[in-house]
Amino acid sequence: MNIYVLLKKTFDTEEKITVTNGQIEEDGAEFIINPYDEYAVEEAIKQRDEHGGEVTVVTVGDGDSEKQLRTALAMGADKAVLINTEDDLEEGDQFTTAKILEAYFDEKDVDLILAGNVAIDEASGQVGPRLAERLGIPFVTTITSLKIDGETVNIDKDVEGDVEKVETSLPLLVTCQQGLNDPRYPSLPGIMKAKKKPLEELEIDDLDLDEDELETKTKTIDIYLPPEKEAGRVLEGELDDQVKELVSLLKTEAKVL
Amino acid sequence: MSEKLLVIGESRDGSLRNVTFEAIATAKKINADGEIIGLICGNENLQEQAQEMVYHGADRVITVKHDNLKTYTSEGYGQAVMAVISEESPTGVIMGHTAVGKDLTPKIASKLETGLISDATDIEMKDGKAIFTRPIYSGKAFEKKMITSGITFATIRPNNISALERDESRSGDITSKDMDISDIRTVIKEVIRKASEGVDLSEAKVIVAGGRGVKSEDGFKPLQELADVLGGAVGASRGACDAEYCDYSLQIGQTGKVVTPDLYIAVGISGAIQHLAGMSNSKVIVAINKDAEANIFNIADYGIVGDLFEVVPLLIEEIKKIK
Repeated sequence: MNIYVLLKKTFDTEEKITVTNGQIEEDGAEFIINPYDEYAVEEAIKQRDEHGGEVTVVTVGDGDSEKQLRTALAMGADKAVLINTEDDLEEGDQFTTAKILEAYFDEKDVDLILAGNVAIDEASGQVGPRLAERLGIPFVTTITSLKIDGETVNIDKDVEGDVEKVETSLPLLVTCQQGLNDPRYPSLPGIMKAKKKPLEELEIDDLDLDEDELETKTKTIDIYLPPEKEAGRVLEGELDDQVKELVSLLKTEAKVL
Repeated sequence: MSEKLLVIGESRDGSLRNVTFEAIATAKKINADGEIIGLICGNENLQEQAQEMVYHGADRVITVKHDNLKTYTSEGYGQAVMAVISEESPTGVIMGHTAVGKDLTPKIASKLETGLISDATDIEMKDGKAIFTRPIYSGKAFEKKMITSGITFATIRPNNISALERDESRSGDITSKDMDISDIRTVIKEVIRKASEGVDLSEAKVIVAGGRGVKSEDGFKPLQELADVLGGAVGASRGACDAEYCDYSLQIGQTGKVVTPDLYIAVGISGAIQHLAGMSNSKVIVAINKDAEANIFNIADYGIVGDLFEVVPLLIEEIKKIK
């Protein structure tokens, strides 16, 4: 099976966000594989181990994304592809990313594409479904179970906490939700092996794309931090009285009861 | 400017979700003089739902009834929505940022080769252009974003943009459209209800969330009771989910749901940065925790330092008195 994973590097979840001149400050920040994409990598490896084939991890991003691709290779992916847009694109959005991926997948023999259901930075959740639509293959988002039997695929899909049992077929794109699996940590032998695994670097020119096809459809005008929240009041006194005071404050001061 | 905006309605168990009305209000903000067209897909109660959309501000509503639209699938709904978009050529499309909205709208945007601004929490008009506010980095920051070419296309986060008052004196045309919905490659075999019996977390005005401090699955019972008294929903921190006290579907935080209720009561939650990312934009935050040093007190509006198993029952009794 030809299994592909769409992977994005994101800020570490522990990172505090700072904004300089309307931009998120990236200097000195720690980056990780987007947590939802880790489920996708893990599932891809499991499916390959069960059904055979190979796992290719694909990123559209900058040169620094190599680190996260190597981590995915150390987890057990077979190949990695970095589509480096650093020199060619000043800005991108979900439209451009999907367009680049469409060009990459054009004429590739694809059985299964896995992606995270959302990236924890921009949180659009659009790239997976957009790509599936461009490739003309079905997609199922927020999956928590994936069973492949020949061409038939049975999926559990999380729908705001409910579970939908979905039947569909390959080729297919899925986006992965928490609960699908427990992503493994790269092992030391895995890390050593990863250094020798192929990591192909492509640029826009290597794909059948004109730069004017990649003009963004959206524009970010401003980025800012929410107002700093001041610590509120910790109530004091007997517990009974504290509870009475709390209910009274919620009713009269905060007006939420 | 004469605009024509399409609002894709969403129903659950045969009645419209509130976010549909919030989407109509958003469309009205984009162009108060424009025509708001509602769209309802499904196979039951379409007329009633269409009427509700009119009462909440839609000028006319198109219904598409088909057995293949009984349960949402991206392919089924995609066909219906694309057919309506082709016929009506709207200047904008607005929908709720729900499981269905998140699944359907990128597909449509991709087909139309347009931009899509997802998960908007606010909207303002500047020089005739809609500018959307949306949280990024799980609410640790915000961005203002606009569409630069093509239709104005956005999904809005439930519970952030106020719906218009329901007005039964409003009237509008309701037309049903026949179409063939076929070639569906993804089939829903069964739906197992786990979460929707209570109040939906993403639309809840009040959330009572538990952390590791609840100590067990049973420890969530008083929280559920408090949520019931307040007409709210129960949520959880990742710690509580990892400890298997509750289902991951309840998780609030950076890798869970991001919520913005009017009132968020954090019970036995220490306040890890990943959890705060999912709830810190709630309008009013109450923290109940034994540990006076817990990080959650740094962002709470009101805090009680104490044992949750003593505090929560007292709180339930006190709230019952005023309800």
